[in-house]
Amino acid sequence: MEVARTTADVLVVGAGMVGAACAYYCSAAGLRVTVLDRAAIAGGTTSACEGNILVSDKEPGAELELALLSNRLWAALGAELGAASVELHHKGGVVVAKSPEAAGGLATLTAEQRRHGIEAVDVAPDRLFELEPNLAPDITAGAHYPQDMQVQPMLATAELLRRARRHGASVHTGTTVVEFLRGSGGEITGVRTDAPDVPTISAGWVINAAGSWGGSLAELAAAPIPVLPRKGFVLVTEPLPPVIHHKVYTAEYVANVASDDAALQTSVVVESTRAGTVLIGASRERVGFDRSVSIPVLRMLARQAIGVFPFLSDVALLRSYLGFRPYCPDHLPVIGADHRAPGLVHACGHEGAGIGLAAGTGHLIAQLLTDREPDLDLAPFHPARFQEVTT
Amino acid sequence: MDVIRFRFDGRGIEAEQGQSIGAALIAAGYRSWRSTRRTGQPRGVFCGIGVCFDCLVTVNGSPNQRACLTEARHDDQVATQEGAGRDHLAG
Amino acid sequence: MTTSPAEPRYDVAVLGAGPAGLAAAVAAASTGSRVALIDSASRPGGQFWRHRAGDDGTRQLHWDTFRALRDALERVEHLAGHTVWHAERTEQGFTLHTVNGGAASEVACRTLIVATGAYDRQLPFPGWTLPGVFTAGGAQALLKGHGVLPGQRIVVAGTGPFLLPVAAGLAEAGARVLGVFEAGTPARFTRHPVTALGKLGEAVGYLRTLRRHRVPYRMRSAVVAAHGEATVRAAGVASLDARWRIVPGSTRTLDCDAVAVGYGFTPQLEIPLQLGCATRLDVDGSLVTRVDGQQRGTVPGVYVAGEACGVGGAGLSLVEGELAGLHAGYTTTDTRLNRRHIDRLLRRRAALRSFAAAMHEAYPVRRGWLGWLAEDTVICRCEEVTASEVRRSIVDLGATDPRAVKLYVRPGMGLCQGRMCGYATSWLTAQHHGRGVRQDDLLGMSSRPIAQPVSLGALSGHADD
Ligand SMILES: Cc1cc2nc3c(=O)[nH]c(=O)nc-3n(C[C@H](O)[C@H](O)[C@H](O)COP(=O)(O)OP(=O)(O)OC[C@H]3O[C@@H](n4cnc5c(N)ncnc54)[C@H](O)[C@@H]3O)c2cc1C
Ligand SMILES: Cc1cc2nc3c(=O)[nH]c(=O)nc-3n(C[C@H](O)[C@H](O)[C@H](O)COP(=O)(O)OP(=O)(O)OC[C@H]3O[C@@H](n4cnc5c(N)ncnc54)[C@H](O)[C@@H]3O)c2cc1C
Ligand code: FES
Repeated sequence: MEVARTTADVLVVGAGMVGAACAYYCSAAGLRVTVLDRAAIAGGTTSACEGNILVSDKEPGAELELALLSNRLWAALGAELGAASVELHHKGGVVVAKSPEAAGGLATLTAEQRRHGIEAVDVAPDRLFELEPNLAPDITAGAHYPQDMQVQPMLATAELLRRARRHGASVHTGTTVVEFLRGSGGEITGVRTDAPDVPTISAGWVINAAGSWGGSLAELAAAPIPVLPRKGFVLVTEPLPPVIHHKVYTAEYVANVASDDAALQTSVVVESTRAGTVLIGASRERVGFDRSVSIPVLRMLARQAIGVFPFLSDVALLRSYLGFRPYCPDHLPVIGADHRAPGLVHACGHEGAGIGLAAGTGHLIAQLLTDREPDLDLAPFHPARFQEVTT
Repeated sequence: MDVIRFRFDGRGIEAEQGQSIGAALIAAGYRSWRSTRRTGQPRGVFCGIGVCFDCLVTVNGSPNQRACLTEARHDDQVATQEGAGRDHLAG
Repeated sequence: MTTSPAEPRYDVAVLGAGPAGLAAAVAAASTGSRVALIDSASRPGGQFWRHRAGDDGTRQLHWDTFRALRDALERVEHLAGHTVWHAERTEQGFTLHTVNGGAASEVACRTLIVATGAYDRQLPFPGWTLPGVFTAGGAQALLKGHGVLPGQRIVVAGTGPFLLPVAAGLAEAGARVLGVFEAGTPARFTRHPVTALGKLGEAVGYLRTLRRHRVPYRMRSAVVAAHGEATVRAAGVASLDARWRIVPGSTRTLDCDAVAVGYGFTPQLEIPLQLGCATRLDVDGSLVTRVDGQQRGTVPGVYVAGEACGVGGAGLSLVEGELAGLHAGYTTTDTRLNRRHIDRLLRRRAALRSFAAAMHEAYPVRRGWLGWLAEDTVICRCEEVTASEVRRSIVDLGATDPRAVKLYVRPGMGLCQGRMCGYATSWLTAQHHGRGVRQDDLLGMSSRPIAQPVSLGALSGHADD
């Protein structure tokens, strides 16, 4: 076997959605990029999610800014990659409420969101049924979010890496980082791997795009960050004709996304895919990396989905899958250089929004590494924020 | 043994007691009763034991029933299934 | 894990009422255990003893054995028509989630015997999705279970000894069988010492039947195409070289109205995989559950018997089922074990397994079949994914394993959940990366948390929380 002495400007660890976006934007900016993954392309959480690119579920603040930036970048990516090749769909989101309290809460939320640049349209019940004819009749209020999009995340990851390869990037799967290499000043100069064909890779920058395992990778670099798994199930139905036109969810969803509660939460999200299946997500539970299937959770998701779309009662559940969202205690991703380990840059911890936020993250990282002024202030995402909290 | 009579796209079909709808349709000379979602190709029984899901058919209004497993019953209304078989929902 | 404070209703639940499951249920009941036998079919017997309502067994093999087992089911609760869609570990044992028609219910047990059998293994070829092309087992199931011939002029093809009873049965029932096209060259097999076991006698009987009906038996040949518009009208039959590549110019067309094909069997593993049982790659290249001398899987309380732990025919299934049933019964009732009987079963198991291994070695799948595929040959029947789309996902999108192929271009994402295309997709991926099919390839296409479709209404309506 030929043993390559590999040198790169940027080494991306993790070939998920976030790593692929970093590789894409960095290589497009002229950097020489190498991507490593211990498993396969898009084999991590990226293969266990729903692929929504949302602004509707974001509360005002840094994450919303990143989401709005990402939303624009995804639209551009769709044009460049070909929307069909990554199944990018400007489908829009619809949020529905049954109880008067939920309806009131939704109206307050949309008003606030509009002030912060989200297109949030309050929709009267009769118009709601024009948007989604199969909704449950007892739904009393709703909002429409035309900016929300959907993408097939595995295809998007593979396509972005394909483009990166065209820009000279190389991708090594089945390759685990086992150690960080350091220079005389303690700075990170590359990694050692377990793969005989690329035993070491030296790089000017190492990007931690290891998703839910970003905490362990950071640990390996002696620069810990608190990224933890938050488990979620998704149900997949048999294929149907196009019956659900938007991403539809209940008003409780936004509250759950931002919740700090470790206990199980389900607030259903229902949508069709290009393939015809309907996805029903997603639960949120903090139970570590426990891969067991929980029938009560599946049952609750099914019940809630039928509550929104009663016709689903006769529709068959075909399969289910589960994944682990990479979350940080403050629900913000970690994006930026780690001063404890010069040369290490984090791009992980995007929790339930890593597909959507990947575009903005990759773009900002490329700006950072080519000494350009980032489009957004990166301070809220900086890894140092955790040390500030603890000291 | 009792003869079961059911209807397939409006035509009368006879089946033995305990026979599947798929077997009865094959015995009556039919080979396919579904068209695929993507390319509209005809399909009928393939595996015969309920694992391939090729033999899908609409029985008494319920789409996606496996004809090879579903026992024929008196007065069943069996219909050819186009695509996912729920076009009424797409309305 | 679910906590169910109540004592499970059954000591032993047996999933599957084929030869293995029937033997297991009867053996477990003989120890005094409370036993449930669950099968989605309305009649017991599994694939081997598939029969019609009121069947007198005239055309069946070892029907006396079946009758004896069926009669002994008196002491067993037989839950016919119950399909298990998920199995879950509980503190007390296991809960099986079932559907019966539209109704959901649960079966709680202390130990579980999985005897879910196998289904025909397929190699795609141009035209294999045409109506009138059946699996070999499917053609036989129509006949044995429903008294219906799949056609009048039938071509039988594939590999393995199973083609013989299929062809013989069709011929005996009045079909014109145009030939049995065996891709392999199993002559070597007859030289194996264990063929003395008597199983060979069965094969000789089938060959005699085929001769009587003037059915040609051709080795190193295969159906490499099916032709027709709405239904199959002809089969392209080719001679193969030792690696199963088509001998140039050898393809001829046989007019027919049905084709029955099978290249061995694929064990049905979703339930053991849901429970976390370890697997291995068997001699025939199938993913099977690992079991020990007592038929125990690697998860405590789970036993596996029959084809789900290795394809080996009904005789082996019976022995393994009895072993599993006795051991599961002994552990739940604390009765004393009859060592001599167990030893006899173990010896028989060893002999039958070595016979099965010899058989698998005599009928391997050779890589030349990949050359039968055209660019537009469908690999995944459900999602209509073609060979070129599978290749594109490997070459352009960088898929390194079949799971990635599935995630990118959807083979295995349809209703059958990869049961039909998992094997072929694994081959295509492995071949592109210059390697053989590995256990991980098959595992990536075999995990099915929902083993059988269940309506969302049935799932949600049944409250236990
Ligand atoms: C149920 C569910 C639904 C979701 N729905 C959505 C949604 O609709 N929209 C959305 O935007 N987000 C959604 N998410 C979240 C989204 O999936 C994640 O935020 C996103 O996939 C994270 O991408 P990533 O690239 O950071 O991580 P991953 O995709 O997990 O990639 C990390 C990669 O790093 C590799 N790796 C780890 N350690 C090492 C090492 N030491 N050496 C080499 N490689 C290593 C792993 O193998 C892995 O491939 C959902 C998540 C779940 C669980
Ligand atoms: C279609 C077909 C026809 C065959 N015909 C013959 C033949 O004629 N002669 C021969 O020697 N061999 C035949 N075989 C080979 C056959 O597999 C073995 O001979 C033998 O039947 C294996 O016995 P078993 O008990 O291991 O499994 P099986 O006989 O396959 O029994 C498994 C049982 O489990 C049930 N089951 C599986 N999963 C579930 C679930 N999730 N929920 C509920 N029930 C479930 C099935 O309905 C089935 O009844 C055939 C195989 C197939 C696939
Ligand atoms: S023919 Fe395969 S499921 Fe009915």
